[in-house]
Amino acid sequence: MNVVTNYIKSLFLIELFKGLRLTFGYLGQKKITVQYPEEKTPLSPRFRGLHALRRYPNGEERCIACKLCEAVCPALAIKIESTKRDDGTRRTTRYDIDLTKCIFCGYCEESCPVDSIVETDIFEYHGEQRGDLLMTKEKLLAVGDKYEKQIAKNRELDAPYR
Amino acid sequence: MSSEEIIFYAFSAILIFAAGMVITIRNPVFAALSLVLAFFTSAALWILLEAEFLGLTLVLVYVGAVMVLFLFVVMMLDINLAVLKEGFAKYLPFGAVVAIIMLAQLAVIVGPKQFGLDKFANPVAQGVEYSNTKELGRQLYTDYLYPFEIAAVILLVAIIAAIALTMRKRVKRQTMQPEQQVQVKRNERVRLVKMPAEKKL
Amino acid sequence: MLDLIEPFMQWMPESLANVSIIVMKITALLVPLLLGVAYLTLAERKVIGYIQVRIGPNRVGPRGLLQPIADALKLLTKEIILPSSANRFLFLVGPVLAIAPAVAAWAVIPFDDGMVIADVNAGLLYILAMTSMGVYGVIIAGWASNSKYAFLGALRSAAQIVSYEIAMGFAIVGVLLAAGSLNIGEIVLAQQGGVWQWFWLPLLPLFFIYFISGVAETNRAPFDVAEGESEIVAGFHVEYSGMAFAVFFLAEYANMILVAALTSLLFWGGWLSPLEGILPASVFDIAVIGALLGPGIHWFLLKTAFFLFVFLWLRATFPRYRYDQIMRLGWKVFIPITIVWLLLVGWAVVDHWAPWFD
Repeated sequence: MNVVTNYIKSLFLIELFKGLRLTFGYLGQKKITVQYPEEKTPLSPRFRGLHALRRYPNGEERCIACKLCEAVCPALAIKIESTKRDDGTRRTTRYDIDLTKCIFCGYCEESCPVDSIVETDIFEYHGEQRGDLLMTKEKLLAVGDKYEKQIAKNRELDAPYR
Repeated sequence: MSSEEIIFYAFSAILIFAAGMVITIRNPVFAALSLVLAFFTSAALWILLEAEFLGLTLVLVYVGAVMVLFLFVVMMLDINLAVLKEGFAKYLPFGAVVAIIMLAQLAVIVGPKQFGLDKFANPVAQGVEYSNTKELGRQLYTDYLYPFEIAAVILLVAIIAAIALTMRKRVKRQTMQPEQQVQVKRNERVRLVKMPAEKKL
Repeated sequence: MLDLIEPFMQWMPESLANVSIIVMKITALLVPLLLGVAYLTLAERKVIGYIQVRIGPNRVGPRGLLQPIADALKLLTKEIILPSSANRFLFLVGPVLAIAPAVAAWAVIPFDDGMVIADVNAGLLYILAMTSMGVYGVIIAGWASNSKYAFLGALRSAAQIVSYEIAMGFAIVGVLLAAGSLNIGEIVLAQQGGVWQWFWLPLLPLFFIYFISGVAETNRAPFDVAEGESEIVAGFHVEYSGMAFAVFFLAEYANMILVAALTSLLFWGGWLSPLEGILPASVFDIAVIGALLGPGIHWFLLKTAFFLFVFLWLRATFPRYRYDQIMRLGWKVFIPITIVWLLLVGWAVVDHWAPWFD
């Protein structure tokens, strides 16, 4: 009996029509496409995008050149050189992140004891020339200065879960 | 010259050229393709003779199916022309004699004495309404019913014989049975096993 | 239409006038056909997008309507790369051989009563002959490319086309048995008298087999093992780029439209209106509405468009067939079914079964 029903099923293409009915149902459904440049999906405050170096509210840079980030970076994308500043504190003279090496794992951010190196939620950046994606200290600080408000807000939102 | 004659001579020239290419060209794939061209042009000539059924069937059967299989074989073969040409000079005199005798025989039998243009009246040109297909069908299924049916049966026997000769039961055959494969349900193949993630020490 | 042109032809000798009228007819057919092909690519992307809950192309022009033109421009300006040690002549002849039969077959397709370029007696046979010629483009392209993927694709495609030609031919034999003619116009006229008179009903299995074989013949999904991008890259046209590739594309889509048009002509009454026999005859005499509801080219185009949609629908629904199963389906399922149904149709025709064969 089973053989006969199977035979009839395959002869009349029952299963195929079932499949066709299913896909036809999706034809009229609401489309979920996001029209990217005009529409954007919401981002988590934890989003790991372009890097930034932050400053304290008084303008002093946070980074104390502990080199934890350099040590933890699995892609070896961070390069730090430091020296003693006139006031006796240790500061970086060089803080490079090679974005072409970076895998955006967020370890640097996590390892930072002073919340200096952070990853912002900027993901629409590009380089037009060789070297554009090598972020130097100046560039990183500039990013931090420009987006400090956003960075601070994201930190605050994420604070309860840290 | 009427336009019909122009078409006829143009197609005949192509046909003769293509037929020449079949036997002279070195690359076997090109030879097979020339044969395709020859078939196609002769089909066009037949259509010009109001034999559209035969012409189109020639294209359908020979060009569309037989020559494709031909090309298959030729493309897969690794033909070594040097080996094929070995001994060509040795057998040339004998081959030439055979060829000349055959040509002479052909000339005697189908020469102008028997098959000259003056021996046959021009075929009557049929009107637009004339359907060669219908006429052919009528002839085949009335006057020539028995020969036609007998030929069909002989072909059928040939097909069955060819299949029977090539089919042999192989030991350890690993063929798939799609009709069984498609009926397999998930439960017959997948077994969900629940086990603890860690063993208790 | 021809009466309008005729005064301008007066000065020409008669043979030249005849030729120019034929050329004009061909142009009038080819330009909409190629435009249709171009927009079929857009329709395909849109329909498949919609079925996959996406929007599909919508950036070029309003709602993406200029997308095919952008695609064509892109392909036109690209370089045609000749692979090393490919056979140059055959490599370039391949695409031509693919598109020529696909376009030539349209000569005998009637769009309306008498609206056909060549009203030949053996029209159906001509179509079969032309579609069987299409293999050569594929097989030559595959061989001339000097690439194993292209060659494998060509072999698969050629074997598939040759196999399904038989089932397709048998399905068509059923139609010509039922209609008693090889002329496509006469086949349509034999179906006159409403939806239930059309051949899809008495020839239901043949209709399905014809359409499925048509999908297989055009190497469309789910029968697209010839392209099989997950196995053999892109099959016979891997090595093609630019316009040479576009010509293969055009041929495939022209063949799709051809199969859809033939399905509507042979099984669904072509230009005949489905409302005939349902509405009273007097309705068709009303000025504008009558022309719309009555038989006409618009019904033919509508039916063709529907079957084209089914092509895309099938592609969006089914996964690719395995090669041995394709062969099994063609030889062991379709051919026996068609032969059995042919015997049945032959009996019905001889016995004058009402209401179809009286």
